[in-house]
Amino acid sequence: MKKLLYSQKIAPFVFVLPFCLSLLIFWLYPLVTGIVMSFQDVTFGSSTWVGIQHYQKLAKDPFFRTAVFNSVEYMLLTLLLLVPIPMLLAVLIESRITKARGVWKVIMYIPALTSVVISGMLFRLMFSEGDGGQMNQLMQMIGRASIPWLKSKGTGWVALLLLCMWRWTGVNMLYFVSGLNSIDGTLYESADIDGASPAQTLWYITLPLLKPTTVYVITISVFAGLSMFLESFMLWNGNSSPKNIGLTIVGYLYKRGIEKNDLGYACAVGVVLMIIALIINFIQLFATGTIGPKKED
Amino acid sequence: MAKDPNAPKTMESNHRVSSFLSTALFVFISAIIAFPLLAGLTASFRPAREIFQNGMSLNLKVKEWSLHNYTYLFTKFLNPHTTDSVAITDSNKYFMWYKNSLVLTLLTVVLTLLVCYFVAYGMTMYKTKLGNFLFFMVIATMSVPFEILMLPLYQEVTTLGIINTNAGVFLPGLCAASTIFFFRQYMQGLPMELLDAARVDGCTEYGISVKIMMPITKPAFASMAILCAMGSWNNMLWPMLVFRDTSKFTLQIGLNTLLTPYGNNYDLLIAGSMFGIIPILIIYLIFNRYLVAGMTSGAVKG
Repeated sequence: MKKLLYSQKIAPFVFVLPFCLSLLIFWLYPLVTGIVMSFQDVTFGSSTWVGIQHYQKLAKDPFFRTAVFNSVEYMLLTLLLLVPIPMLLAVLIESRITKARGVWKVIMYIPALTSVVISGMLFRLMFSEGDGGQMNQLMQMIGRASIPWLKSKGTGWVALLLLCMWRWTGVNMLYFVSGLNSIDGTLYESADIDGASPAQTLWYITLPLLKPTTVYVITISVFAGLSMFLESFMLWNGNSSPKNIGLTIVGYLYKRGIEKNDLGYACAVGVVLMIIALIINFIQLFATGTIGPKKED
Repeated sequence: MAKDPNAPKTMESNHRVSSFLSTALFVFISAIIAFPLLAGLTASFRPAREIFQNGMSLNLKVKEWSLHNYTYLFTKFLNPHTTDSVAITDSNKYFMWYKNSLVLTLLTVVLTLLVCYFVAYGMTMYKTKLGNFLFFMVIATMSVPFEILMLPLYQEVTTLGIINTNAGVFLPGLCAASTIFFFRQYMQGLPMELLDAARVDGCTEYGISVKIMMPITKPAFASMAILCAMGSWNNMLWPMLVFRDTSKFTLQIGLNTLLTPYGNNYDLLIAGSMFGIIPILIIYLIFNRYLVAGMTSGAVKG
């Protein structure tokens, strides 16, 4: 028995056994129960089938609509802000013209070390509505009146998106930096010999060769954007923001499942989130040519 | 090539201007990025009541600075003979959460790294069909957001009887997909001949994984340890569901409970938040290089 367990045939299975168990117990099982529960009314100890009732209710639920709209809007805005800007910053910081680049890289990553609790609290205090808050002091400096920042959607989202940019610009920049470092340096030398301008080099060499990194950053941004919850939870100090301006899909899932203990309905919210995430990922993988018919060059 | 004697000179001055502009841009961005943290740090030296009422202010008023918030936070250690029982309770509570976070982070890092190392080893070092299929599943688990599994998992953890325990927090994430992914990528770059040499020398399969491969995987362990520690120290959503007793809370959940609408806890909150960043900041500044290597591993090969 011991000999068998030590043999080269069995050993690989022993090594991967924890993953198999974890996959079944903590991934497949909750995934399936989540889908099953979305067709049930779940109370403690008992559950009854209700068919697609939850989904019908979701289709008419105005809060859910707000949540989906907010999450998708947030995701699109973060894609606009957190892909091109970090990419350009990475190109700039890796070009030889920037001095002391190591220092800037270290500083720009620091926000990612702070927890959402702490960063959310800092931003809430910065954007506080009184005259003494920093952002309102800045408004007064340029001769404007104080704004109750977090009370309305436009200004509240400025704070939310700034919080997001503050935390992730440095991280995404470092992704692009490592992508840039993996590009073969001789390509730039030959471009230089051929007399390519910096703009041409950027457009014809850097951007195409950065594509794997770009796809990666877009993918994680799509997921992070769609499932954003804690940022808004901390910025508005809880799960109920004025007029639900900070309500997201996961926020609604949390509200229904944990705060109101309506697990079946909350699981339906989760299933819809999963479907949205899958659709967007497929669109994105097609658009970037990772799957589907290969374009001929 | 340069027939015009002025050409190199203008190029050089162009270079200087762009160098200055680009560096200035990064100075500017770094200043903006440092600002909220510096503001938080200076605010922690100011009266808590004022922070709650007015938010953080731009005026520094250095003359009014005091260490009060920190002495309050460290009451238990700094003035053990104080009669202020609220301060003692608050201080005790904070350090209990701090200790809980340290214990949970240590447990999570050690166990996750060990499990993920052996799993990745099994997938990478033996060319089996199962290994390849499981690696495909690793990618699959990465593409389902955790938040979707959260509620059924919460029920499951309750049924298993590990709710309100450390195990309830770290067990579901023990086989972290990104950690397995990174270990696998790292191992693929190692010479496989070592294994056969060790086998010839009579080393068992498990012996090889521990005595031969583990030492040369050290840099990967360093990278993953930092990322895992950061994730665990700052984790909030899942621990918030699992822990029910105030005595078991981690630092992040505890800090969150201090954010009451009455603002009666801001002395503890602001000083405690700043002090809560320190462990991660120290680790980051020391092991910065490993962190970047670990974090960006997935971004290059896609």
